[in-house]
Amino acid sequence: MSSYELPVTVASKPKAVAVRRSLSTRWISVLTLSGLIVLWWAVTAVGLIEPLFLPPPGAVLEKGWLLATTGYMDSTLWQHLGASLGRIGLALGAAVLSAIPVGIAIGHNRIARGILDPLIEFYRPIPPLAYLPLIVIWCGIGELSKVLLIYLAIFAPIAIATATGVRTVDPAKLRAAQSLGATRAQLIRHVILPSALPDILTGVRIGLGVGWSTLVAAELIAATSGLGFMVQSAAQFLVTDVVVLGILVIALIAFAMEMGLRALQRKLVPWHGQAH
Amino acid sequence: MALLQLERISAQYPGAAEPVLADISLSLGPQQLLVALGPSGSGKTSLLNLIAGFVEPSAGRITLDGVPVKGPSAERGVVFQDDALLPWQDVLANVGFGLELAGVPRDQRERRAREMLALVDLAGFDTRRIWQLSGGQKQRVGLARALAADPRVLLMDEPFGALDAFTREQMQELLLQVWRRTAKPVFLITHDIEEAVFLATDLILLAPDPGQIVERLSLDFGQRYSAGESARAIKSDPRFIETREHVLARVFSQRSAARRQEFV
Repeated sequence: MSSYELPVTVASKPKAVAVRRSLSTRWISVLTLSGLIVLWWAVTAVGLIEPLFLPPPGAVLEKGWLLATTGYMDSTLWQHLGASLGRIGLALGAAVLSAIPVGIAIGHNRIARGILDPLIEFYRPIPPLAYLPLIVIWCGIGELSKVLLIYLAIFAPIAIATATGVRTVDPAKLRAAQSLGATRAQLIRHVILPSALPDILTGVRIGLGVGWSTLVAAELIAATSGLGFMVQSAAQFLVTDVVVLGILVIALIAFAMEMGLRALQRKLVPWHGQAH
Repeated sequence: MALLQLERISAQYPGAAEPVLADISLSLGPQQLLVALGPSGSGKTSLLNLIAGFVEPSAGRITLDGVPVKGPSAERGVVFQDDALLPWQDVLANVGFGLELAGVPRDQRERRAREMLALVDLAGFDTRRIWQLSGGQKQRVGLARALAADPRVLLMDEPFGALDAFTREQMQELLLQVWRRTAKPVFLITHDIEEAVFLATDLILLAPDPGQIVERLSLDFGQRYSAGESARAIKSDPRFIETREHVLARVFSQRSAARRQEFV
């Protein structure tokens, strides 16, 4: 009887503590956010700040509805959002397809590392907006220059993370595969690539973050659509509620991308972080 | 009739002044379980890496069936100390990995993998993930994986070194059962004297600086286990204890000889 009951009490205790602790942390975050919104509402309702500088939350929401249905500057919120997401999606796809092979080559091959490593390390620290003018001179002001800019911003983190992942592959796993008859190509496909996957996904996460902020900044400067353009043109006419709304949408998208990639990481590399 | 033959093998790390192994000759034939026993620094692991083809000897010749060994190959299966399994695949896919590399169709390799899992007492573990296994279970999967590829010889690199004492005893018995049923020649390295004496049909004792064979013994304790005697009865047999102490004394005499040389 007691030997049956003992494990139950031992197991349930730490679990309850863990649940309570994670709940309370989440609740603190929720309370902080709602406190901020209440404060926002309060200062605008009392009239401490003029709506020109900070419109009340209700007005922003109302404007959001208006933007989503009828639109602003000839296009709806969805069209601006679609333009931005389309650019980053295209750039991300191109970057993933090209940066992963390049990263594997850098991590795996001495000569490829000698050629590519200095090139990437040279352009990586340059803020993308610093070479945007040159890209505009070369490729014009159309979609290509914006996609190329974000592509370059995303490429470096993914390539570097992939190379790191390839270099830190457990040598015992490589030897095990070799003694089971693996060829060079099979080693890459069956051991190196899956081993590097956690690092690759981290690179994609970092790249998307950099890419998103670069995109919005580029749209502020040179675009006729997109979230950055929407915020910029609204600011010129002092339509503050559209500005605030645009900033909130940009933040929400960045947050959603981060959460989505974390979920993807948990799904694709469940062994990562496990003792094995 | 020897299957695996090492003739006057020496090995040296690039840039090192002293060789790690000097003038090693040995052979491994069918029905043999050859154990290389030695303290750390005696070149056990280097010897296994040479046979596996991970490194090349600086002098001498290694042949399998008369053909010189060049690089790693599926003919020489290896079981590692740290399991070296692939955590992104389940147990069944890990065991069938060698067959997958060889292009064997899925249903065929899964059938073979299930047979091997049954052989190491892990039937029904097919869909388990690697990180859900205990240390002993991982080593069994590693053994099943090496056997599934049907190698000519099985090389084991301190396979039970990281396990607790209880699990180690179980794994030793399991290895003897598997070895008898598959009839694979096994080359195993260890620093556990009792393990070496219990498992080996042939025992070589290695001494360091540089790694060399100082004694060769033919033993039959493993065969007595296969014939039905219990492991504990064998290990507490006066003859077993005598052999164990003899080997222990040899290791220590080599060490003190080396230490005397340092003082001179």
